Amino acid sequence: MEVSLQDKDRIFTNLYGFQPWNLDAAKKRGCWDNTKKLLATGQDEIIEIIKASGLRGRGGAGFPTGMKWSFMPKTPTPERPNFLVINADESEPGSCKDREIIRHDPHRLIEGALIAGFAMRARAAYIYIRGEFIYEAKVLQAAVEEAYAAGLVGKNACKSGYDFDVFVHRGAGAYICGEETAMIESLEGKKGQPRLKPPFPAGAGLYGCPTTVNNVESIAVTPTILRRGADWFKSFGREGNAGTKLFQISGHVNTPCTVEESMSIPFKELIEKHAGGIRGGWDNLLAVIPGGSSVPLVPAAQIMDAPMDFDGLKALGSGLGTAAVIVMDKSTDIVRAISRLSYFYKHESCGQCTPCREGTGWMWRVMERLREGKADVSEIDTLFEVTKQVEGHTICALGDAAAWPIQGLIRHFRPEMERRIAEANGGQMLEAAE
Amino acid sequence: MPKVTVDGLEIEVPAGATVLQACELAGKEIPRFCYHERLSIAGNCRMCLVEVSPGPPKPQASCALPATEGQVIKTDSPMVKKAREGVMEFLLINHPLDCPICDQGGECDLQDQSVAYGRGGSRYDENKRAVTEKYMGPIVKTVMTRCIQCTRCVRFAEEVAGIEEIGAIYRGENMQITSYLEHAVTSELSGNVVDLCPVGALTSKPYAFVARPWELKKTAAIDVMDAVGTNIRLDARGRQVLRAVPRINEDVNEEWASDKTRHAVDGLVHRRIDRPYVRKNGKLVAVEWADALKAVAAAAKDAGKSVAAIAGDMVDCETMFAARQLVKSLGGTMFEGRQTGLAYDTSSLSAVNFNTGIANIENADVILLVGSDLRREAPLVNTRIQKAVRKRGAKVFAIGPDTDLTYKATFLGTNLGLLSKLPKDVADAFKAAERPAIIVGGGALRYEGAHGAALAFAKKHKLVRDGWNGFNVLHFAAARMGGLMLGYAYEGGIKALAAKKPKLAFFLGADEVDYSIFADTFKVYVGHHGDAGAHAADVILPGAAYTEKSGTYVNLEGRVQRGDRAVFPPGDAREDWSIFRALSDLTGKTLPFDSLDALRVEMSKAVPALGREGLATYGWDVPSLPDKASADIADYPIKDFYLTNAICRASETMQRCSRELVHGEEWLEAAE
Repeated sequence: MEVSLQDKDRIFTNLYGFQPWNLDAAKKRGCWDNTKKLLATGQDEIIEIIKASGLRGRGGAGFPTGMKWSFMPKTPTPERPNFLVINADESEPGSCKDREIIRHDPHRLIEGALIAGFAMRARAAYIYIRGEFIYEAKVLQAAVEEAYAAGLVGKNACKSGYDFDVFVHRGAGAYICGEETAMIESLEGKKGQPRLKPPFPAGAGLYGCPTTVNNVESIAVTPTILRRGADWFKSFGREGNAGTKLFQISGHVNTPCTVEESMSIPFKELIEKHAGGIRGGWDNLLAVIPGGSSVPLVPAAQIMDAPMDFDGLKALGSGLGTAAVIVMDKSTDIVRAISRLSYFYKHESCGQCTPCREGTGWMWRVMERLREGKADVSEIDTLFEVTKQVEGHTICALGDAAAWPIQGLIRHFRPEMERRIAEANGGQMLEAAE
Repeated sequence: MPKVTVDGLEIEVPAGATVLQACELAGKEIPRFCYHERLSIAGNCRMCLVEVSPGPPKPQASCALPATEGQVIKTDSPMVKKAREGVMEFLLINHPLDCPICDQGGECDLQDQSVAYGRGGSRYDENKRAVTEKYMGPIVKTVMTRCIQCTRCVRFAEEVAGIEEIGAIYRGENMQITSYLEHAVTSELSGNVVDLCPVGALTSKPYAFVARPWELKKTAAIDVMDAVGTNIRLDARGRQVLRAVPRINEDVNEEWASDKTRHAVDGLVHRRIDRPYVRKNGKLVAVEWADALKAVAAAAKDAGKSVAAIAGDMVDCETMFAARQLVKSLGGTMFEGRQTGLAYDTSSLSAVNFNTGIANIENADVILLVGSDLRREAPLVNTRIQKAVRKRGAKVFAIGPDTDLTYKATFLGTNLGLLSKLPKDVADAFKAAERPAIIVGGGALRYEGAHGAALAFAKKHKLVRDGWNGFNVLHFAAARMGGLMLGYAYEGGIKALAAKKPKLAFFLGADEVDYSIFADTFKVYVGHHGDAGAHAADVILPGAAYTEKSGTYVNLEGRVQRGDRAVFPPGDAREDWSIFRALSDLTGKTLPFDSLDALRVEMSKAVPALGREGLATYGWDVPSLPDKASADIADYPIKDFYLTNAICRASETMQRCSRELVHGEEWLEAAE
């Protein structure tokens, strides 16, 4: 039933940078086209349209964006203004969509910031950009300055009578600062550690003021949704998984790429059409991590015909995440691959709360031994239990993110892990000691 | 008042309570490490997980979750048990197995809770993490490998002590707690992190490897290092007090104690006077009690009515009362306790009292400090004001030399004339204030007219109003208020007293007196340390230190408190009151008490307020005093927080603190 996305329906028309990023070129692509009129739609109406479009947050959790905006207070005071924070701290291994947007189409983001900020009655938007994105930060800063110079943001933005500032803030390289409350802490100049929830940012966020944190892609698609209508956006993807989505296909495919596609496109079609198929053919596919490093992997047989959307991948015990599709063929040392991810989470754990601080290191060390089979079979069960002790016991979701890849590995590749243990122990399978 | 159900028990909890508090109200114990009643909620140890519905299908941190109507909380479900075991296991995998050599042993939260909630064995086979030691100053010993990163110390430093000098560096499993650039923590309250630390990461440096908690005899007592009257517990083994730790008293010290309170006790075993001395041919010679008392009696006979008593800073009311009764029996009328020469009017004690109260000063919204270096003179009053500033946005102004009080205070200048003509913005702040307060310290009271000017200020700005008295004088001697109640104040102060040339004077642990003005007086020193007073004395009668006698003390807000004896005085030293009782036999006018209880009965007959524990009421009936003050406050009386009395000066720990934290010297450790 899915028809793959046609060019006329693409939101990110300069994803590959074939045209310049600057304001003139962006205007030719349709950015900033009578934004005043879009704003005239009215604040609550914009939120209703976004709700109706079925847009779900593109940062990984997939929370309905319109609903998130509607949590913001309707009558902010000058002492306690609303803020919009845009999460451009794209650090998830495998993800590379926000980078493309900022690099080649920053005005789409800035216009989205104005519209979203206006809708949620925010005084200003803070774009928190990953520290390693040096070129992108420069482009974004230049684009913001262009927008200020053209009167598109700042005082009386787009002559709408609404004052709205946009600030670009560079991170310092911590993955955890992509967590919304850690990002707020970091923006405030503190150590980037997630806050306890509640209170949620919409109640007390940046400097204690109501704050909404949105992903770059969620914000960047809003102007187009308003221009083309909620129904247009909703026409892509299955029920509850509306819209177009940037898929970032990496790994063992013939032509890795970032591509905008309709939600719910089957995996096989996505790869065939845009990534030139699997290296060595479809029989050579081992497993796929469909949504960035923190979601569990899915073995080849299950992923083939799965629709690439929030609900479809959830049904497989995984998730869409940021739609960073990491494809692994049979040449992959799958245990080592997951062990490397474990190291990443151990390295990036903020250290604030106990299960993640202590658990990530433990899990990584056991994974390193399992990689070489220097372990007892019973340790696989212990490891699984440890991941369960971390999952759901932490302040933020990094604990879950560290646990899930290992759980996916054990769920689907336990025989391979046991084989290695047997091999390391001289070729025969050892029984677990009683 | 939301109703919640805890393990099947339905209870009503106060609005704003957390789930953890609700569970405690229901009588359920919730294990915790990071949560502490007096600190902000961090929610990072994850030990207090409970099952809550409605809510996500995973355990919730009860310390941070508000209790709401209709919640069903389970603290004993399999999910909770498993979650606690899991967190406990994580806490222990990198915790060293060095309990046998850890000073926290026996009073360690981690030990206790791992027994109660842990899983009994470890499945962790990897190497444990080791963390380098950090330097936190002369009070706090660190063994950071034991740290479980609960951040209580970090929050205490920032929120209570008001110094942002402890923090966490690095992240993940490499996260470490350290002081800023590994310098000593410059707080008078640093010792409290030792009590707060739930494990053995921060322990007491002077107390390291000294004793185990189960060896100690614990006695409730009152601290005498300042006038706050900190409630303490003295832990003694045999004849020696090994440590002093705070007891909880919400009205006085909450559960904190200053470093001086905690660590001056090692001074109690040095430079002690443990036998009587009499000066013969200019030299002090050790004698028997009978000879010493005879020498004093002989002097008393010569002196006739020209007898005085000077009280030191740390004496209890019983001592002062016994001395007073003896001197009065001889016909003497000269009493003074303000050793350094202060001579303020004492016709009404309400004019020299901390009327707002220690706990209540937290509620003040505008505060003016006059010649008062609160941080050194009363650290635990300072924390109250720090709380008023941090939590309630109180404004603090100060007249006096610039000093770091740990919170934002606007220093208006040093001239006392400012009291009658405040800058406009300050005057406006006082006009708008609902609960304004002034705190007058010893730094101001020594100047002519300062006391009157402060009282005039109180009148002008209506500091005393319905349900609020904002006029405060801050004393910093534990004996001061008790002494004033017992009449230890001579008109014109100690200089006027000395000018009367008393023939005989009893100095009760008075070591801050300028003895040169008593050149012609026969000086009897009754005290416990060989300090200034003993050097000047003609007869030394060995008395008891505050740990060695039961005593009544009145703190700066007029709170009468009693402490008990923890150990006996060393050698031939005796409890002070019994010395005066013995002397009275020789002077022929026997005092009418043979026991401490009998003395207390007599004392409460003379001053009824001293017979009841609790706040003494002084009313509000202030004299009108000359209110022209124009002097500049030159400095604050306390130059060295760590060396303010004879016990501190004999304490190695306090000397070390002084050298390191006040004078900035490096303390060299002996090479091993």
